[in-house]
Amino acid sequence: MSAVATFFNPTRQTRVLPGFGLSLGYTLVYLSLMVLIPLSAVFLRSATLSWSEFWYIVSDPRVVATYKLSFGTSLLAAAVNAVFGLALAWALVRYSFPGKKLVDALIDLPFALPTAVAGIALTALYAGNGWVGQVLEPLGIKVAFTPLGVLVALVFIGVPFVVRTVQPILEDLETELEEAASSLGAQRWTTFHRVILPILTPALLTGFALAFARAVGEYGSVIFIAGNIPMVSEITPLIIITKLEQYDYVGATAIAVVMLVFSFVMLLAINLLQAWSAKRSGRNR
Amino acid sequence: MSIQVQEINKQFGSFTALNNVSLDFPTGELVALLGPSGCGKTTLLRVIAGLETADSGRVILEGEDASDTHVRERQVGFVFQHYALFRHMSVFENVAFGLRVKPRKERPNEAEINKRVHRLLELVQLDWLADRYPAQLSGGQRQRIALARALAVEPRVLLLDEPFGALDAKVRKELRRWLRRLHDELHVTSIFVTHDQEEALEVADRVVLMNKGRVEQVGTPQEVYEHPATPFVYGFLGAVNLFHGRVEGEHVKVGEATLPHDGRDADHGVEVVGFARPHELDIVTDLAETRGVEAVVSRVLAFGASARIELDALEGAAERGEPVHYEVVLTRERVAELALSEGQHVRLVPSSLRVFPREAA
Repeated sequence: MSAVATFFNPTRQTRVLPGFGLSLGYTLVYLSLMVLIPLSAVFLRSATLSWSEFWYIVSDPRVVATYKLSFGTSLLAAAVNAVFGLALAWALVRYSFPGKKLVDALIDLPFALPTAVAGIALTALYAGNGWVGQVLEPLGIKVAFTPLGVLVALVFIGVPFVVRTVQPILEDLETELEEAASSLGAQRWTTFHRVILPILTPALLTGFALAFARAVGEYGSVIFIAGNIPMVSEITPLIIITKLEQYDYVGATAIAVVMLVFSFVMLLAINLLQAWSAKRSGRNR
Repeated sequence: MSIQVQEINKQFGSFTALNNVSLDFPTGELVALLGPSGCGKTTLLRVIAGLETADSGRVILEGEDASDTHVRERQVGFVFQHYALFRHMSVFENVAFGLRVKPRKERPNEAEINKRVHRLLELVQLDWLADRYPAQLSGGQRQRIALARALAVEPRVLLLDEPFGALDAKVRKELRRWLRRLHDELHVTSIFVTHDQEEALEVADRVVLMNKGRVEQVGTPQEVYEHPATPFVYGFLGAVNLFHGRVEGEHVKVGEATLPHDGRDADHGVEVVGFARPHELDIVTDLAETRGVEAVVSRVLAFGASARIELDALEGAAERGEPVHYEVVLTRERVAELALSEGQHVRLVPSSLRVFPREAA
């Protein structure tokens, strides 16, 4: 983003580092090859449909229900991870306890694990006869094969993002800031939300956006635990796969286009929010 | 407000930061805690502030035991070496922070906050920077804002941890004069930590010298400079020449040479170390003279009000465990009179030689 800002800023004439043309050119070519061309293929493919056909496919009530589930649970999962990821990062940075290195390594596990494995493991745990499921079921809480199960899976795969984005910022945060705040009479909570949180917000938002993006695109771990009941626990990627399996390529790409536009708008919004809060937290000054 | 610390001990693992420290800071004074790094001065300051808890001992603020009081209730203003300004807040908001976080009942209204912050910013002469952010300020300005922020809550004591340590020499000099003037205006009991002896002697009403977790000496700048109580203080405050020798009556025998000494703390036959400041040594060009240590002139630096002469000891001094270099400060007239040349053999005669038993040094 800063490269673009420099590009459009005519007053800036001398650059310390050479290679601006080369690196920007490379960036554009790479982005085109790896991201834009495949994505535009999706758009082109769906463009074979007329507007009414397109609208008919993407506004099918069963499909609309999946949008709600996919984006709703993804946002919720990202929010849950923002809160608990911050707590995890805090514990890892601020305290030393036995097994800390192990916990630190465990956090990355959802990255490495094949998502299908995670899905099967979660389903086994949360199903009515699973370890956790048999405790929750009598309490009237059904996790497996419900939207709640989708949420659990999405929280699981999103854990590393917030932890890993917030951790380095927390490590750089001088404890002197907290000491200064408390010597000025601030209570712990006041110190947290007026001094620490504003500094962490940009990183927190980045982590949130990453967790959200990952959750929206997640397929493997969700389909096992979701049970894929139409109108209840079906996610959008599943609909796309189903259509592909029925050789309905055009229908699949139409829904993909909707997902793409939705995701892009949301990520853009989060990024703008992030840039704004980074400016507020004084990092751009 | 008066501050007393009594029998404070603090241990970090196997490192003793404070070893049975007891001190009294009277109301309204500006006191410097001076010592080399690792001597425990910052730890002591943090214990007084409540940012660190002593393993044993008591901190008494205005006659009340505050050992178990949390830092936020101690009403101390603390200024950090690296400012610790809130970078996401403007200068105004930084200074206003202490007022805004007060419990609702005590919190002044917006107009009052506005008035008080601007008054403080005027006090530190930075009112024109109210809307800037810390990153846009110079180091000296940041530290003045940090001070204004600490003063906003009307602290009973002001504690400054190496306040000028991160600044360059010129700004440091300006700021310490400014701090002195500010203290004369406000008269709030202040303690500041420094490892810079010049800073401590110039700014403080009283100086506390610390070494290895202990207090070596407490006194006015003049007292500690002119009458150092221990060899450490002698060595730490200003340049000094050392002579290792043995007391023989009125004299100290250093190698082949004999030196007169000031006679205190010295029994016959005791191994001692003699201390003389550069201006307490005279140079005698007559080698037939029986007093004094022989040395060779290596450099004569004759600029400014006085002249500094660097000398090397004769060969073999290092093997005997004696210093190989000496430093003498003379008036320019005296240097002209002596007409020293580099490589010339002379004798050094102390006008005042303070001796301490060898084991104490």
